[in-house]
Amino acid sequence: MAKSKIKYKSKLLEDLLVTKEVIIACGPGGVGKTTSAAATALTIALNFDKSVLVLTIDPAKRLANALGLDGIGNKEIEVTQEVFKAANMNPKGRLFVAMLDTKESWDTLIKRHAKDEATVEQILANPLYKNITSKFVQSHEYIAMERLYDLHSSKDYDIIVVDTPPTRNALDFLDAPDKMADFFSSRLLKWLIAPYKSRIISIASKPFYQIADRVLGNQFLQDIAEFFIAFQSMYDGFVLRAESVKKLLADSRTSFFVVSTLEQVPALEARFFVDELLKRSLNLDAVVLNKVLPEHFRSKNEAETAKSIKENSEKLAQLLENEKYSKSLFEKVLTEIATSFLNFQKVALQEASLENEFTDMVSLATKVPFYSKSINDLESLEELGKLLWVKS
Amino acid sequence: MDSILDTKLLFVTGKGGVGKTSVATGLAFLASGAGKKTLICEVDPKGDLARSFECAATPYGGIEINNKLRAMSMDTESSLREYLRLQLKVPVIGRIGPVAKAFEFVSTAAPGVREILTVGKLLYEVRNNTYDLIVVDASPTGHIVSQLAAPQALRELVKLGPVKSQTEWMIDILGDPNKTGVIVVTTTEEMPVNETIELTKKIKQNTNVNLSAVVINQVLPELFSDDEEAAFLSLFEKDNQEVLSQNISGSPNAVLEAAQLAVTLRRLRSEYLEKLRDNLDKNIPQIYLPYMFNKLTGLKSVKATAQALFDEIN
Repeated sequence: MAKSKIKYKSKLLEDLLVTKEVIIACGPGGVGKTTSAAATALTIALNFDKSVLVLTIDPAKRLANALGLDGIGNKEIEVTQEVFKAANMNPKGRLFVAMLDTKESWDTLIKRHAKDEATVEQILANPLYKNITSKFVQSHEYIAMERLYDLHSSKDYDIIVVDTPPTRNALDFLDAPDKMADFFSSRLLKWLIAPYKSRIISIASKPFYQIADRVLGNQFLQDIAEFFIAFQSMYDGFVLRAESVKKLLADSRTSFFVVSTLEQVPALEARFFVDELLKRSLNLDAVVLNKVLPEHFRSKNEAETAKSIKENSEKLAQLLENEKYSKSLFEKVLTEIATSFLNFQKVALQEASLENEFTDMVSLATKVPFYSKSINDLESLEELGKLLWVKS
Repeated sequence: MDSILDTKLLFVTGKGGVGKTSVATGLAFLASGAGKKTLICEVDPKGDLARSFECAATPYGGIEINNKLRAMSMDTESSLREYLRLQLKVPVIGRIGPVAKAFEFVSTAAPGVREILTVGKLLYEVRNNTYDLIVVDASPTGHIVSQLAAPQALRELVKLGPVKSQTEWMIDILGDPNKTGVIVVTTTEEMPVNETIELTKKIKQNTNVNLSAVVINQVLPELFSDDEEAAFLSLFEKDNQEVLSQNISGSPNAVLEAAQLAVTLRRLRSEYLEKLRDNLDKNIPQIYLPYMFNKLTGLKSVKATAQALFDEIN
């Protein structure tokens, strides 16, 4: 491992970036999770002799452009040396990117677990397959974790940075492997399959079928049963896999960081997330507070200055007036900027109080100031990475 | 624009974090204030409505917010039980127990079942004319289309059975622009704008539901006109800086910087706003809501949003 001269915001952060094998970014939607994950991966690739993969859920075109790629697909692709060179960067490691394609990942999974070619075909051809895989037991969340496990076991990458799906229920992806295992061992699956398979309906499942028949119609139930009979043959593979995925999430080489903005609703969701990760004794190593207004917006002194500008706007305008700009113009501008400051201070003060609640929970909170540019190239992504992890 | 509140059923959707619940609660509050008997329904029960209205948890059966407004949370098991009782005359006493659990599964697994139980309940209330207006704090952009298209999907999937005939009247109500509409909420940020553009296209392609309006939330004020901006920039000149420093308490730098940031922010966002306008069907009404610098919570926030909607609609 190359020793880096860069000063990280803390020793812990450097450890986080280097000693972990899986780094999972989680948090509410719309707070910059995908970009933070990509910036983190880039920071690692630039500064350490590591192969880093960023696995994204979001098909963000802009991110692909920023990385010099035409698009990001299910298969991992490397960000080329030419792209780095063009941006005047000389990475010590290598950077790979992949996007999670739920349908394709499910197909791969089926092909791996099915006992024979015929079963694969039978499942993939089932008209309900696509619908079911996209809906059932949080299949999107499950497949994300499954893919992560797969990539991790391949040992092709030293570090994998994962961007999680913006679930409304923050727990979904943590519970997905369990739910999958539960489902396969459930009586429910037996019920769904039994009558079709053996034509014997047990007393316990009879009411279910009576109602289901009336509500859904017999044909539909048969379609479902047929699908799950094929699916059930993969039971052992799935349950084992789900167990392994769960183990990986709890492993000491896996690290979570929660991304949030300091707005009420996202902060509430993120705090809930922090709680849950701690409750499950998963390795929550950092909280990223994104898009925070600059520190001086919170200052009382500056507010006094703004008020003083507002109160003296007429007098000041008189002094400023010149042949280009009239007194009334200046007066309006001065009032406007003072009001604007005071408005933003209200927001900044709320941010401050939300921030306190986070720092009470996690020792490692890293703040990213409001970033007024769009992140559309490697340079801006690198800059964000520095804001995230590197001491200025 | 007034006609939005004259529909019977409004689905309010949007990317997470754009203020979907604020707009939904604001609309419901506005409608009830105008004397309409209103129901607001939270589709993904997270307690957002209880927080907004500062009331107890909102059950499936609803809770009274004021004499014109009720709030409820969707619950597919309750919806199923109600459906069985009302539509199929299947007596269901107490909990359906394991059968409900089975349905819980079927409804997650089978395409459209969970969605139909959600949308079906709301459409049932429309058909019965229980309320003048039902506002739905609907699923976020990723799931709303499958919800709105559920009756059609189910009609194609289920070959027989009473459900098939039930889908017919549901499709009729959903497709009637006088009765049903969708409101998409967005902010002027990149991802919400992109998702909104995509969603409006998908709604048109995959559902028969009318798009009533796009609400553009958290719009930052335009700080300066062109000549004002020029005058503002001249404040950074050395002489002018001195004038300011000598006549106010403290240094003006931070305040000037803040104004600069406000201008940049607004400008950055106006690019996305332009993109949104360019890509939206010109016939879809656009409703602009200002950024609320006062961070209100609960009922105060609902009232402020209702007021802002009122100002914009009238």
